[in-house]
Amino acid sequence: MSEKKFSKKHEWVSLDGETATVGITKHATEMLGDIVFVEVPDAGKTVEKEGQAAVVESTKAASDVYSPISGEITEGNKAIADDPGSVNTDPEGASWFFKLKIKDKGEYDSLMSKDEYDKFCKENPS
Amino acid sequence: MEVQKTALYNCHKDLGAKFVSFAGYEMPIQYKDGIVKEHISTRSYAGFFDVSHMGQFFLEGDETLADALEKIIPADLKSLKLNHSKYSFLLNNEGGIIDDLIITKTSKGFCIILNAACKENDVKQIEKFLNKDHKYFLNNDLSLIALQGPKAVEILEKLVPGVSDLKFMTGDNFKFDNENLYITRSGYTGEDGFEISIPNNKVEKLISFLKENKVNAVGLGARDTLRLEAGLCLYGHDLNEKINPIEANLKWAIAKRRREEGGFNGWDVIKKLIENGSEKKRVGILPEGRVIAREHTKIFSESGEEIGLITSGTFGPSVNAPVAMGYINIKYAEIGTKIQLEVRGKKYGGKVSELPFFKKSYVK
Repeated sequence: MSEKKFSKKHEWVSLDGETATVGITKHATEMLGDIVFVEVPDAGKTVEKEGQAAVVESTKAASDVYSPISGEITEGNKAIADDPGSVNTDPEGASWFFKLKIKDKGEYDSLMSKDEYDKFCKENPS
Repeated sequence: MEVQKTALYNCHKDLGAKFVSFAGYEMPIQYKDGIVKEHISTRSYAGFFDVSHMGQFFLEGDETLADALEKIIPADLKSLKLNHSKYSFLLNNEGGIIDDLIITKTSKGFCIILNAACKENDVKQIEKFLNKDHKYFLNNDLSLIALQGPKAVEILEKLVPGVSDLKFMTGDNFKFDNENLYITRSGYTGEDGFEISIPNNKVEKLISFLKENKVNAVGLGARDTLRLEAGLCLYGHDLNEKINPIEANLKWAIAKRRREEGGFNGWDVIKKLIENGSEKKRVGILPEGRVIAREHTKIFSESGEEIGLITSGTFGPSVNAPVAMGYINIKYAEIGTKIQLEVRGKKYGGKVSELPFFKKSYVK
């Protein structure tokens, strides 16, 4: 599994061959607060880079989750749909949102590294 | 207008509050623990809420004061006993709700608790019915703290002996640190509890005591989930100037004598509605599964006809499911009626539900 890369919309991606795993960052969950609803995409759905792919709702509001990378969904994480609170506990581990077969590794390479992302969050406090 | 702060602003900051602008005030939406924990700790122990942004409007005058106020408030103010409170509203000429409120009979007249966003306009609307012998003022030197939850009484009794004798929707004067406090047994969470009116310069001392007793600070976020589970309306969302008390299912808050005699703003409209019924009604809505139907979600019948709109919706931490309320065509308002909710372009099932979603535990 490759190192995690990060998007400006607070998603993370890790890559294993042609399969990417996408989730939302710890920073994102801290901004959202208590997560109470998650909708993940079904296998077979095509998503574009920065296109809407999933939904996450906290007690405060609903937010879209975008795919930082284009491809075809191979699996949505049903476990987080059944237990949305688990996204708060382990956002960058077991509580990934979806996996997809990527089209263009260049999209992955262009995302931010962990250090770049941390710096980005500091410079763009919400 | 400059953003206003309550006397507890620095205290909220120290408690790790996240602030939002609400009705011109910088108010805590939540603290470090987050909405769900704040909600649960209020229901299982106790929580305190800074509601000092709400208007504390005092009126003084002779017996003509009740007559004057009854022109705009449909409560039975003439027979309201000293230190007793009623939930009511200000009405416009069309019977629409200008604001909802709690009015309490005091020794000199009345005290009315008004919503922050409405309070300046409320005073103007009430003023129209007053005469030169009536004195009135919004008291900005007082903070208002709600202490809510099953342990509220035990904790407050230690600081202010005697509060445990108060019954729900009554109040009295108490002494604390050589100052007068006016405390009512009331609140807006569906829990037993108190609202404490206290001078700004003493409020931090009260909060220190509550913190020592492990009472959590609770922000506007959990205040909203608590009141919605309790089936209580939020002005500006579930109620507004275009909605009348009959549609809002608040007929109970119009006193029996007033329903018979009238003599208040919008009476002609409300009288007809009482006789003939309204076209729509506020109801509870329980969505199926976990999908949250938020404000502005459209409600459809099973056959696909648009029949209403959600006015408040969230996830109810104590119900452990999504909860909502909204206005629905009267034909579909019966409890148990299956409906559909349109969320992000997709239709989800749901049903009309009884209110409250969470059983109240008031001390009567």
